[in-house]
Amino acid sequence: MNILQKSGHQFQQLSREETAILHAIAETVIPASHQYDLPSAGDAPIFSDILATSTKSRSELHTALSVLDDVAYQVAGTGFAALTVTSRLPVGETFRKNHPQQAMVLETLIVQCYYRDDRVMRSLGMEARAPFPKGFVVEQGDWSLLDPVRKRNAFYRPAP
Amino acid sequence: MTDEPIDVLIIGAGASGAAIAWSLVETRMRIVCLEQGGNMNPLDYPSAGRDWEARTSSDFSISPNARNLPSDYPVNDNDSPIKVANFNAVGGSTILYAGQFPRFHPSDFRVRSLDDVADDWPIDFATLEPFYAQNDHMMGVAGLAGDPANPPRPSIDMPPLPLGKAGQAVAKGFNSLGWHWWPSDCAIATRPFDGRERCVNLGTCVSGCAQGAKASTDITYWPHARRRGVELRTHCRVREITVDDQGMASGVIYFDSNGREQALKAHVIVLACNGIGTPRILLNSKSTTFPDGLANSSGLVGKNLMFHPYAAVQGVFDEELDGYRGPHKGIQSQEFYETDPSRGFVRGYTFEYSRGLGPVGTAVTGLSRNRIRWGEDHHDSYRKLFSRITSLVALCEDLPEEHNRVTLDPDLTDSNGIPAPKISYTFSDNSLKMLEHAVARGTEVLKAAGATDTFSISPIDFSGWHLMGTARMGTDPARSVVNEWGRSHDVKNLFIVDGSIFVTSAGVNPTSTIQALSLYIADQMKQRLANLFD
Repeated sequence: MNILQKSGHQFQQLSREETAILHAIAETVIPASHQYDLPSAGDAPIFSDILATSTKSRSELHTALSVLDDVAYQVAGTGFAALTVTSRLPVGETFRKNHPQQAMVLETLIVQCYYRDDRVMRSLGMEARAPFPKGFVVEQGDWSLLDPVRKRNAFYRPAP
Repeated sequence: MTDEPIDVLIIGAGASGAAIAWSLVETRMRIVCLEQGGNMNPLDYPSAGRDWEARTSSDFSISPNARNLPSDYPVNDNDSPIKVANFNAVGGSTILYAGQFPRFHPSDFRVRSLDDVADDWPIDFATLEPFYAQNDHMMGVAGLAGDPANPPRPSIDMPPLPLGKAGQAVAKGFNSLGWHWWPSDCAIATRPFDGRERCVNLGTCVSGCAQGAKASTDITYWPHARRRGVELRTHCRVREITVDDQGMASGVIYFDSNGREQALKAHVIVLACNGIGTPRILLNSKSTTFPDGLANSSGLVGKNLMFHPYAAVQGVFDEELDGYRGPHKGIQSQEFYETDPSRGFVRGYTFEYSRGLGPVGTAVTGLSRNRIRWGEDHHDSYRKLFSRITSLVALCEDLPEEHNRVTLDPDLTDSNGIPAPKISYTFSDNSLKMLEHAVARGTEVLKAAGATDTFSISPIDFSGWHLMGTARMGTDPARSVVNEWGRSHDVKNLFIVDGSIFVTSAGVNPTSTIQALSLYIADQMKQRLANLFD
């Protein structure tokens, strides 16, 4: 039995324990990068976005966090949030392998918020903005590539 | 308010309902359209916000079951490997479609004669050709004349969408194999057109075009039709079509925007609710005269449901491509469109390229394909994919089979208590062989184009965009629901103009054909006004 079940969780708001697990998994999926000067997904503004966004899929999130914590107890004998950073990855691998749908719930929530953070977008060479109204530039490309196709005879099938 | 019947009642304001409303307005008849959704505000589309990718899995999901908006009705698709995609609003599913706008081939109307499968259509390509042209001009199509895979056309209104880096890479792949490719016909304005702005490459076609460049019918047909007098009532959901003692349709019962039950009488009723919504209403319209549902003496209402089985092959390139920038579509290949018995299946498929992925889409795809890892490697593995993926999507012809069908769910209802549709569908052996062929050929193309890594998804589950065949047209009342000009065999003032009436599905996106059929049926009605019910 994991810590969420022990606390008699009613599957409404995220509890303190669930929030800790969510933070731990966010840090585990996307840690900070010195190389790219990037924050982790557990960075305060990004994690606030994750918490705010999580209200849209709360019941799926409750289940996913509970399953993840169960896996942590099974693999490492303790809850996921209590694990050291290095020991979270093998637990995560087991979780992904055995519970892909629940893993996808957590991964999707985390990356949805991480990859719309200003710092992350700029690091990827993007402008930190919505697509509309400015839009983007797409080059025309080399239309002479069509020349060999233009030389081809019509090949649609005649119909009686 | 009067109890006098209106002249024409159209149910549904999507692709086909908009087209027939516009065409019939010149008759000066009183036309009313009931639409269960509302009017869209382009500024509410996801592309106007930073959460534009996240909203494609919530309020702008392609799945009505995921959106669960008041305008949506649930669809029980548990017994189908393909899940239904649609949108309910003025404009219907054109709000969320990609705008890929190909025409059928002449052979698509003669599959029984040519390949000894399914049935021939009661009309042919030449009959629809002028209505394809009329519809292209109303919707505004970008493309390029001269495609050797299709019958010749004199001109196309707007130049094609840009190839971009991704299109160029894929085109080189096709060329190196000697296979056909061509700029897709796309209902996207590449220059200002009929009051619409040109495309600015938002890259969000499938969650609504805030720019108004993509041709959804709320900004193409509807402004013209409403200006000329068609009345469009939104948030009105039809429960059933009523009949009189003579077996003619007499009107509808619907729920208005306040949830109140209303009745509306009409001389002519037109169903334009797509291949799921139309059989749902017909099956819900049971009466003493029509105990098995309206217009169902053949027993075929709801049967022969066709989707298009889809496969996708994604390629990863070393060089940067277009990524999140630009319309999803742009080029296509019909190298494997027509039947070749040596392939082991009949009929064929179209390859559409799908330009790229946004930053979130890249992460989700990479994680699900184990190309992006958790932990310290995340950033490097992510950057190997970001703006470096492009895809080929194979849209395979689906053949009609009666066991693939729409029925009414015994328990599930919408918010008005109206029984919801239930889908039962299985892939045919022919479809599975076609998908396998498409994955192999698509992988070849992307590798020839320079992809260093490829992965595939086949079949794609959330791909049930194209809803066809559930009230098929034909000359034999025992083998079809409507005649060769869209009128019900059983109820002579009831017409169907959506994808339900397709006899076969072809291997292309159906919207242009749905609308061409709608315009053709409107033309037939106008020519026969004096004896429409004979």
